[in-house]
This record gives sequence, C-alpha cells and structure tokens, in this order.
Amino acid sequence: MIGGVSDAPAYLDHAATTSALPEVIEAVVEQMGRLGNASSLHGSGRDARRVVEESRESIASDLGVRPSEVIFTSGGTESDNMAVKGTWFHHFENGTGRDLLIVSSIEHHAVLDPVEHLVLEHEAEVAWLEPDGLGRITSQALAAALDEHADRAALVSVMWANNEVGTVQPVAELASLARKHGVPFHTDAVQALGQLPLTLGDVGADLVSLSGHKIGGPMGVGVLVAGRDQSPVPLTHGGGQERQLRSGTLDTPAIAGLAVAVRMAVAEQELSAKTMVGLRDRLIQGALDLDPTIEVSGPWEPGDGTRRLPANAHLRVPGCDGDSLLYLLDAAGVQCSTGSACQAGVPQPSHVLLAMGVEETDARGSLRLTLGRTSTDADVDALLAALPGAIDRARRARGATGRS
Amino acid sequence: MRVVAAMSGGVDSAVAASRMLEAGHEVVGVHLALSQSAATLRESARGCCTIEDAGDARRVADRLGIPFYVWDMAERFKQDVVEDFVAEYAAGRTPNPCLRCNEKIKFSALLDKALALGFDAVATGHYAQIHEAADPAAPHGIRRELHRAVDMAKDQSYVLGVLDAEQLERAFFPLGDTTKPDIRAEAAERGFSVAKKPDSHDICFIADGDTRGWLAGRLGEQKGEIVDTEGTVLGEHGGSFGYTVGQRRGLGLKVPAADGAKRYVVETRPESNQVVVGTAELLGFDEITGDHARWCGPAPEGIVSVGAQVRAHGEEIPATAWADGDNVEVRLERRIRGVAPGQSVVLYDGTRVVGSATIAATGTSTRR
Repeated sequence: MIGGVSDAPAYLDHAATTSALPEVIEAVVEQMGRLGNASSLHGSGRDARRVVEESRESIASDLGVRPSEVIFTSGGTESDNMAVKGTWFHHFENGTGRDLLIVSSIEHHAVLDPVEHLVLEHEAEVAWLEPDGLGRITSQALAAALDEHADRAALVSVMWANNEVGTVQPVAELASLARKHGVPFHTDAVQALGQLPLTLGDVGADLVSLSGHKIGGPMGVGVLVAGRDQSPVPLTHGGGQERQLRSGTLDTPAIAGLAVAVRMAVAEQELSAKTMVGLRDRLIQGALDLDPTIEVSGPWEPGDGTRRLPANAHLRVPGCDGDSLLYLLDAAGVQCSTGSACQAGVPQPSHVLLAMGVEETDARGSLRLTLGRTSTDADVDALLAALPGAIDRARRARGATGRS
Repeated sequence: MRVVAAMSGGVDSAVAASRMLEAGHEVVGVHLALSQSAATLRESARGCCTIEDAGDARRVADRLGIPFYVWDMAERFKQDVVEDFVAEYAAGRTPNPCLRCNEKIKFSALLDKALALGFDAVATGHYAQIHEAADPAAPHGIRRELHRAVDMAKDQSYVLGVLDAEQLERAFFPLGDTTKPDIRAEAAERGFSVAKKPDSHDICFIADGDTRGWLAGRLGEQKGEIVDTEGTVLGEHGGSFGYTVGQRRGLGLKVPAADGAKRYVVETRPESNQVVVGTAELLGFDEITGDHARWCGPAPEGIVSVGAQVRAHGEEIPATAWADGDNVEVRLERRIRGVAPGQSVVLYDGTRVVGSATIAATGTSTRR
C-alpha cells in the first residue's frame, strides 16, 4: 500500500493549493515568452506595462474596486503583512497614538505572527477577538472591543473565512462597525475568493488580502486591495513600483495569470459553490454515517454555502491523532490535511480549535478535507472507503502511545 | 515487511533507511519531535530535533522516494526521559538517558505506535547487529540476538542493552556490519547532503553540554558541604546533583590533602546534600548490585560467566553474574574505578548482549 496503490490519489487538500487552470498556464507561458520590464519606458516596457495594467483593471472590475486600489504582491502572506505591519507602522511613525490592533484569535499565521512580532519587538498592544464555539467572530465581540479601544486602535483584522474550519465571518457587519468607529478594517479573503461572492465595493473593507494559487492561479502572486485613503508603510524599499507601497519588478506573467484566475473564479463562483456544497455535504454526512462520534467543526447545514465555506469539511475524530489519520489516509491514496499549523512538520493542536473551546486532546484528532474544481464523487467515495480502517488503526495507535 | 525508519536527520539513520528500502521492505521515514521548543538551527554538533534536522531527514526521505512524517513524542520524552533524568540526579544517581530513550521511546512509544498503524518493525541507525540463532524453544524456531557492531569504535550495543526479546523481534539495525567511515562513504555515494554532517554526541536535550548548569536550572542552586570521609568540611558546592562519583575536576577545594593525593568524589548524599571526596583507592570496586534488570533474550540461569561494561565506550571486564528477578549481582574479575549508581552495567557473552541492569550499589569483595 505504501508508495501509492492507486495511480491517481484522491486529492482533498485544495485549501492548501489547487491545480492551475489551463487558461492560466496559457497566459503565463505566453507572457514568459515576451521581453519587457513594466517599468521601462521603451516599446517592450510599454507592452509589459499594458499587460500589467489591463490585468489590474480586470481584477478591479471583477472585485468591484478601483484599479488604483489593486496592489500586486507575492501572495497572501505578504498582503497580510503589509496590511498589519504597514498600517501599524504608519501610526507609529506619525505618532498618532494608535498603537493597538484588534485581531481575531483564529487568524492565519500570516496575520497572527506579524501581530505577535509587533507586540514583542515594538510594544504594540492587541485586543484579541475570541470566536464562539462555531468559530464565528460576532459583531457584539467587535463592538465591545471598539467601545473600549476605538480611539487607540490602528486596525481591525478579521478573516473573511477561516482556512481551517471554514467558518464564514459577517465581514460586512464587522467592517461597517469598524468604519463607524473610524478604525480601518482588514480582512484576509484568501480562502473566500472563488467560494463566496466577493463584492468588495459593497462590503466596505479598507484592506483585503488575496492569493493566486488558491483559485487556480500561479503561486507567488497575490493582491492587497487597499482603499485609496490607506497608506500602510512599505515593508520593502526599492523602485516603489506599486503605489510606492511595494517595490520589486512586476511579475508580468504571474500577474497576467492571476487576472485570468480571478476572472474565472468570480464568473464561476455561484455554480462552483453549488457543486462544492453538494460534494461537501455528501462527504460530511457520509463520515457521520460511518462513525457518529465524529464532530463537525464550525457551522454546517446541508445545502448552506454562506455560513460555511462550500468546499470545506473539517472533522474531529475522537480518540485519534490527526497525524496518524493523515498517514493512514495518505497510504490509502487519500491526501488531506490535519488543518493545523506545522512548524518543522511538528503537529501542534490547532490554535483555531483551541480558541473555539475544543479540548486539546480532541483538537489533535482533526482532519481538514477541502474540495476544488477537479474534485469528484469518486474522491469522496475514496475517502469514505478508507476512513473506517484509518480511524480504527489510528485509535489503536493512540492507545499504544498512552495518550488518552 | 512494513518498516518505520527512525530518521534523526543524521548520516547513520539516512543510510539505515536506504538499506532497509534496498532490502525490499516498504519503508516510511519518521522523525521524532522530542523537544517542545525546537531550536531553529543546529548550534553545534550536539543536540538533535532542530528544525534543520527534521529538514535534513525529510530531504533524505524525498531522495529515497519514501513517505516521511514527523511524530510528536515530546510529551512522552519529557516524562520518560527528561524528568526521569532530573529525578535520578536529584536522588544522587547518574543515569544514561540514551538507554532510557531506547527502552521507553524508540522501542516502546515509537514501536507501539508503528505496530498499531500496521507496521511490522522499527529500523534505526544504531551500530549494533541482530543475529538469528536457531532455538527450538523460540516462537518461530528462531531467536533474535543482539550483538556488538563490527566497528568497535562506534559500537552502540551498550545503549541497546535494555531491549527485551519482544522488542528485538521488531528491531532492525542495518548498519552493524559496517564501519562508520564506510557508512559516510556510502552516504556520499548515495548523494545524501548529510554525508559530512558531524556526529551528534552527549545528551541531546542539553544543547550546550553543561549538564551541571542545566540541572541547576531545574533543581535550583542548593548550597551544601564538600566533606572528606571523616566528615571534615573541605569546601562547598551548589548542589550535590552536580557531582558524579569518580569526578575530580571542578571541586574547587581550597585545602589540599595532607599527603598531596588527588581527591575524587567518592559518594554523593542527596539527603544531606553532601559531596564526599576521597582518594582514588576508595573508588575501586569489584562487586555490582544492579536492579531494573533487562534481558535481551532468556534470563541467565545460575551463575554465568560474562563480560561487564559499565559505560558507553568502556572496557569489558570479565565477570560472573547471577540474575535474581529484577536484580543482578555482578562480580568482576578485577577492581575498576569510578562508577556511579544509576549508570548501567551491560553484560556480554562474546559479542552477544545478554542484558543490562541499573547499578544500585558497588562494593569490594574480601578477596583481592
């Protein structure tokens, strides 16, 4: 079994990354074959610039924002860092007295770690927003934090949808609350793009992080949508290519590919969400039928694709270690994730589950199964076929290592 | 067989994994995360379980094309090895954590988890050999015996002397028939980037090698007296746990001995926090009482002739041993010096490891 029985493993880890769209590959290859630095003033440079700007306009139109608000970055992590650190440093350097961040405790590490860095190295203060048992950050929680800290707050940051448990946050409500208190609102929408309608113009967020490779675009490219009144301090200095906020020669092929990916993600969102919800519900219901002790993390209602990401299933299997399940499923040709942060590959219980009030022992037995454009019923079948044996063995393995 | 290759990120376990694969086994690489706060990068040749080590192990697994996982055994390691280490020192003994780790982690927690997950055995990069001997009394007519490695300079059978027959049934040591330089050459030939990585040594969880300082950080400084065998106070110390029988350096005695003889720690008394010093002569002994006996096969019956080794790369002394339940009495053919309670005595019959025990007490026979 080891080394792969099946020729084509069932890939259920699309939230980690998903396959590039053929149209994206075509666009990238086409641009890679062309010469030109978008900052050069001659003909080749103008050609490249045109590709970049048309991509920018295309993305802006798909997201309902202005082209000048689209800043190309190297991906979600850089966008998050720019939003959090850039905004905090803007206030720090201008001595505005706004030295506090209001941040949800279930953010991706690309937000959490910059926040912790600011706390440790620059004495920033942070007010953490804790989720409820379903992983939701309520507007009451934000309202309470704003009532206490609004005059000192530099930024509110709450992700659009959680990457582990799939909970969708009420971002429009949260953004409007922040706006009412005069505090800029950042949201990491990396997982939401393509799965939820992302009408940024209506939502009213000031800063939005997006990534290319989660929607079939290239790796290493993303966007920070930054309102024109936002001026985060740049983190890298150089040519100032992107609104003086971000330096570095523009990656024309990746940007062209990203524009194609965003266009398709937005155009196909509604249809895709419907398909994903169907597969997701079959997966979750199938798992619960196999073992009724399994718990679903986050909100789940069959047919609903608004409170939980359509393509996300997150299961907690009592008595199992996620890493055992991961190995056993991998050996059976099913690729998924424990959904936990892996430093040096060392499995740690997920900070998201712990924040939701899940016991540490239960948090270790988690599986994140995420669907994508290429997912089929056969992938779900493969998982459901492999799951009972994997659970059985994983339970014995935990018994053997003496963890209760 | 389906085998877990324990991969530390070093050169030995890398070659061990590839040899298992070439022998036709289905191999999965597993790196044990044993530290709860893994340092990001290796600071010296010491230590293990840094992020760099995990990365090195992963690179080797990728090259071999085998699956690779990191298993978190930090909690078990802390309980069974680190806390035991501290408690033993606090009780005035000098434990060997490598034996403990092999007994409780590598061939217990790791092996048990592997077996539960459907594996048949665990392979490590220890320098030791397993010989199969015909034995009608054994389950399959074959008994697996633990033997010394051919490379005596690297032989690690001492730290494996705690494995019982059941554990040996499930263990592979594919490097025992080869010398270390040849293993490095083999690693280079296989294109492993770890071919020239320095050997790890000392205690993996004490990164800077300062055992006394590390213990003081956990047990706190406890000022006490250094006395001679008559009870005369000669100096003071920061905690008897920092001293080991046989130690000469670092005593800081201000009063020289009357006869100018060198003085050694001959006893530590944790209950009165005293360190007793005396002449080298007082360190000599030829009788060992051991407890926590572990037999790498059937326990010996009656009085048997053995070779006894009391430290990892120490000399083997001809001896007789008598096993009595959990205890062992060992009588050496000649006196040796400077062995502390808590160390392990490993017994050999030729190259075969008979078993081991933890030294509870030493003494001298009346015969000379």
